[in-house]
Amino acid sequence: MLIELENIRHIYQMDDPVVALDGVDLEIERGEFIGLIGHTGSGKSTLVQLLNGLLKPSEGRILFEGRDINSQEVELKEIRRRVGLVFQYPEHQLFEETVAKDIAFGPKNAGLADEEIDKRVREALDLVGLDYESFKDRSPFNLSGGQQRRIAIAGVLALKPEVLILDEPMAGLDPAGRRKLLELLRHLHRNLEMTIILISHRMEEIARLASRVVVMDRGKIILEGRPAEVFNERERLKDIDLDLPVVTDILKKLKEKGLKVRTDVFALEDARNEILTALEKQSQFRESRPC
Amino acid sequence: MSQIEMQGVEFSYRDQQDKALAGVDLKVEKGEFIAVIGANGSGKSTLAKMMNVLLVPDRGTVAINGLDTADPDNIWQIRQQVGMVFQNPDNQLVATLVEDDVAFGPENLALPTEEIRLRVDQALETVGMDGYQSHPPHKLSGGQKQRVAIAGILAMMPDCIVLDEPTAMLDPMGRKEVLETISRLNREENITVVLITHFMEEAGLADRIAIMQEGRISRTGSPREIFRDTGLIAEAGLDVPEVVALANQLRQQGVSLPEVMTADELVNSLC
Repeated sequence: MLIELENIRHIYQMDDPVVALDGVDLEIERGEFIGLIGHTGSGKSTLVQLLNGLLKPSEGRILFEGRDINSQEVELKEIRRRVGLVFQYPEHQLFEETVAKDIAFGPKNAGLADEEIDKRVREALDLVGLDYESFKDRSPFNLSGGQQRRIAIAGVLALKPEVLILDEPMAGLDPAGRRKLLELLRHLHRNLEMTIILISHRMEEIARLASRVVVMDRGKIILEGRPAEVFNERERLKDIDLDLPVVTDILKKLKEKGLKVRTDVFALEDARNEILTALEKQSQFRESRPC
Repeated sequence: MSQIEMQGVEFSYRDQQDKALAGVDLKVEKGEFIAVIGANGSGKSTLAKMMNVLLVPDRGTVAINGLDTADPDNIWQIRQQVGMVFQNPDNQLVATLVEDDVAFGPENLALPTEEIRLRVDQALETVGMDGYQSHPPHKLSGGQKQRVAIAGILAMMPDCIVLDEPTAMLDPMGRKEVLETISRLNREENITVVLITHFMEEAGLADRIAIMQEGRISRTGSPREIFRDTGLIAEAGLDVPEVVALANQLRQQGVSLPEVMTADELVNSLC
């Protein structure tokens, strides 16, 4: 097992303490793509900050390859290199004079040789779809919001993490920017075999990308499973005001009206084919509009 | 006279070569709900800031209810008529209590205390935040904060609210709360709404959509008209809502369908 969370509680000590996580157990295997959903305040962001050692749990253990990351024998530096975290609005943390320097910051701190650092910067820019020669010397502050976001993500990718965690990476991006970022995540997962944990409020994205969906509510995991399993639980999701992916909503409603469609497909093309097939089948038996 | 009239508006930021606005013509009528969509950097936020004199044009004119925004004497009158809500709920609330925050605008108008009290309570009730008067804003959810920000504008009794990606940082529940509030204000209070958004589903709620491309408005039309034109949508770097995309795909395969904007419309046309 790559990552294990054992009975994690996390309490923020403030004037009135807030219980952010209240008994969370979770196992993550190498190569999984986890979609983490839930409302603001449900504990998602706390959970992911625990995973790379930014926060220490008040109770419970976090194991990485079987070792407790908060024990003496484990160096947090190593964990943070292997578990990359992209915060919400990561571009707010860009600070260097040039794009290349900003991306090089992590690898430099990790003590890599100059040559290797340069190679990593090139690779990372290439991954996020920006041309090295045209961007390396530019100030990150004169780029568009979407480009800044990609530079910030490149800075995390330059450390070649095995696990990549992204907290709402698509927020505020325009549709084209979202699409590019989704393609990047798919590529990192499928072709580079990265383990990915994605927090998103867009159920469509989660349903299409994730191999497993984890639903959080008030500091607890209340539901988990394959996208088809989780999004089959319409009532339970509704209880905590989470929506179904639009496509799932449509397929379920069609099914309720008697059209024989599967409700466990999420891509538009699959939904289209599902509907077309069902309509054809039904029209063989009836002359007019089926169902 | 339209409520908002823009003619040949051009604007450049000091450190940038390209014009942020490169000749915008737009009229918004009293009581209209218009959504502005476009890629990052297409000029949407600059356009919004023109509407309550956070920026004035380099060339061309912007008039609010006939008042020219370039005339400094008009600034306060215009800002009372057009309120703005921004993306980040945490940057907009300044006071330690919700009611003080909502009262901030009317207090600056030097209204009598009872009048202010009345306006604050009414505004909070309108956005569904009645009872939160003495709550500290930092303990509210994102959606609640945005609604308090909207209440602060309502307390000024404006004609028009301009919202620049008000739901970008909210979770699904917060988005729903804010969108319902906006729609209700438009329908029931006849307040003009200008909504800038990257969510195509949100744009679908408007009476009219304006598409921005490279500092210009390249097209306006009803959501149905706009989302029918998939070529234009792709060229502007945008998307159509999922429901529309699925309907389009079905239509391409020979299923005859009317134009649909919601899941229920699509389901009812199919079955």
